[in-house]
Amino acid sequence: MLTATMIALLVVMALALVRALLGPSVYDRVLAANVFGTKTVLLIAVICFTLGRPEYLDIALVYALINFVSVIGVLRYFEFRSAQGGEALND
Amino acid sequence: MIDPVLAVLSGLALALGCFFMLSGAVGLLRFPDFYTRMHAAGVTDTLATFLIVGGLMLLAGWSLALLKLGLILLFIFFTSPTASHALARAAQHSELRLPEADRQREREAEPVVESEPERIAEADALNADRV
Repeated sequence: MLTATMIALLVVMALALVRALLGPSVYDRVLAANVFGTKTVLLIAVICFTLGRPEYLDIALVYALINFVSVIGVLRYFEFRSAQGGEALND
Repeated sequence: MIDPVLAVLSGLALALGCFFMLSGAVGLLRFPDFYTRMHAAGVTDTLATFLIVGGLMLLAGWSLALLKLGLILLFIFFTSPTASHALARAAQHSELRLPEADRQREREAEPVVESEPERIAEADALNADRV
């Protein structure tokens, strides 16, 4: 079941990457990046159980923290850029 | 080594988590506009994370790994909806803004073409209290 979960996680990450590449607006890309980051955390946790190395869970924890901070940071950047009437609206 | 009941339960949780995760990814890829995509991704993200980390916690037994998984779960449980909310808020204050329901009805009853400067001024007024 762990292997199946890992394969499903990789498939989901590939689909999120496709959306990030296609995404018509910048917000679609941020959404896809957010999904990708969350799935990375899960993938690291599952890998840690497959290999039987519990110390990898620390990496997953730190990745979860960094993912959240980066998404909020990118969103703030584009929010203020579009509020000034910049050209960031479409992409 | 591991209690078979726990193993079956964790397998069930992992399988359910995979199902929700895959359905969310298909929604993220195939839905027509940004807000529907965000709905698909935001709802399934939290639920799938909860199920998969829960399944791993059942496998972990009483150890330090259980505590760390609990911390990851708690953190994602709070940050994932927060990130979705921030994303929707940012999109709502940009070009992707959804029209209000009554304004849309008005527009349908009396099709007036709104000029571009007016629309930008409206968006500025909406953003004024936030800068």
